[in-house]
Amino acid sequence: MLTLIQIELYKIFRKWRTYIGFIAIGVLVPLIHLAFLLTGESTIDFMTRNIQQSFIFVGNLLNGYFVSYLILNSITVHIPFLIALVAGDLLAGEATAGTYRMIITRPVTRTQIIISKFIAGIIYTNLLIIWLALISLVVGVLIFGTGELLVSSSHAIIIFERTDILWRFFIAYGFAVLGMSVVCSLAFLFSSLVENAIGPIVSTMAIIIIFIVISAINIDFFQSIKPYLFTEYILSWRLIFDDPVDLTELLKAVAILLAHIVFFFSLTLFLFKRKDILS
Amino acid sequence: MSSEKIIEINSLTKDFKKLRAVNNLNLSVYKGDVFGFLGPNGAGKSTTIRMLLSLVRQTSGTINLFGKPLDSDRKNILSRIGAIVEKPDFYGYLTAYKNLEILGKLSGKEITQKQIMQILELVGLDNRFDSKVKTFSHGMKQRLGLAQSLLHDPELIILDEPTTGLDPQGMKEIRDLILHLSKEKEKTIFLSSHILHEVELVANRMIIINKGTTKVEGNVKDLLDAKKLKVTFEIDDEQKVKDLILNSGWKDKFEMNTKTVFVFSLEGEEVPQLNKYLVENNISVSAVIPKRSLEDYFLKITDEAK
Repeated sequence: MLTLIQIELYKIFRKWRTYIGFIAIGVLVPLIHLAFLLTGESTIDFMTRNIQQSFIFVGNLLNGYFVSYLILNSITVHIPFLIALVAGDLLAGEATAGTYRMIITRPVTRTQIIISKFIAGIIYTNLLIIWLALISLVVGVLIFGTGELLVSSSHAIIIFERTDILWRFFIAYGFAVLGMSVVCSLAFLFSSLVENAIGPIVSTMAIIIIFIVISAINIDFFQSIKPYLFTEYILSWRLIFDDPVDLTELLKAVAILLAHIVFFFSLTLFLFKRKDILS
Repeated sequence: MSSEKIIEINSLTKDFKKLRAVNNLNLSVYKGDVFGFLGPNGAGKSTTIRMLLSLVRQTSGTINLFGKPLDSDRKNILSRIGAIVEKPDFYGYLTAYKNLEILGKLSGKEITQKQIMQILELVGLDNRFDSKVKTFSHGMKQRLGLAQSLLHDPELIILDEPTTGLDPQGMKEIRDLILHLSKEKEKTIFLSSHILHEVELVANRMIIINKGTTKVEGNVKDLLDAKKLKVTFEIDDEQKVKDLILNSGWKDKFEMNTKTVFVFSLEGEEVPQLNKYLVENNISVSAVIPKRSLEDYFLKITDEAK
């Protein structure tokens, strides 16, 4: 199995499309850093304008933690596309290239093929989030330094002490990996159904966009189905930046996301084992 | 020929929705055979091969390879088979060497760098080992396909139209390689083709299928007996010839005619005799076209398939 995973990773990282995600993050995040360097103070002013008359803010609020928090907020909605770009190609790419025939006629089971490709996809997802963390947090701290983290939620503004922040980021990035793994497994499922990688990428993004739109529209019917949409839980990492952390809600989100991964993977395996390879 | 069955297919059927691609097919391939699997395009050859390699699941029937059911011992069976299924496709963004290295690892055997280079040399691609496959011509991919099928030294080699797209020299090289593998290496070869002549040159046994069913099966020598011919005589006086033939000893050999074409079923030595008989009776023969019976039949079903 280890050999199969190594082969899959080798194939992934010999494709140009794999690096699009890393390049996109590598370009976009420094641009955000630059924007904060130029106009970051006004963002802090905007966030605190309602309470500036009651409180005096001292210290370095425009710091690496604050910038990373905002980047994580904005970017986790866009990263699914970068995940789908690779995960959607894992099986469909073999069909397009006609190489299904080469690998399935070797003495490896279809289950082994699916597991190794899925693990390789999850490893790619992990690496992309780690890259995001490195560029966002490490570079952010190097540029802006550390300080207290100002977090604005719907009901309050919370300020975390600098010693109480880093563990929250570790868990948040871990949660981001989990959320993006759901996207990876969904794109992987679509990838097993078609013979062109474009289909899984578009389908995955279409589902995510539809779910996000449904969640955002404040109609009773949509609100009633909202708890059943996995996109609702992808951003649950925000719970970690609350005080106190709602552990029950957090674990519920973890369980739901894990259940989605298991469901999408099992369905892929079930379908692929019965699939006639005609490509 | 050994009596050990390497491939045994019984009542094999495959339906794709309403289309029956393979219909109650039976065949046996013995150890050491070069088995020709013939049929026009769309006859069900590739579907059968895909079922042999577990790419496609059969609707009904059984497949035994090396005496074991494919379903129950798939992994072990596939480790003993090398195959080209239709046109060989590779990871175009990787080199020929890297493609073979990956496929070698998947074959479950330790394939050394030296072995990969030897196989590439065998198919004449050793000088392009570090070129990306996307730069290869169809013929080169076909050779690389053959290389990957031989990489893990399989006992059974399944070749689906291995000469498609090759130039005459390339086709000859593939034929020579098949004969070498059969005679020198004692491999069993299952060769699918839609060209009768190609099978005739290398195979000892063959089957012709059409519309998913067996039409003819047996030894190539027996089936393509050069003595049994369908001979077409192009003649200009239909009625005169008809009267002459129907009142002669050639009556039983006569099969059919159109206005200018008469077809006879003849033994080889009878062809000049009939020609002489017609000429002596003042019939002007403009052409004599002999075809072996099976060849004629095969051309007929190929034309129907078009």
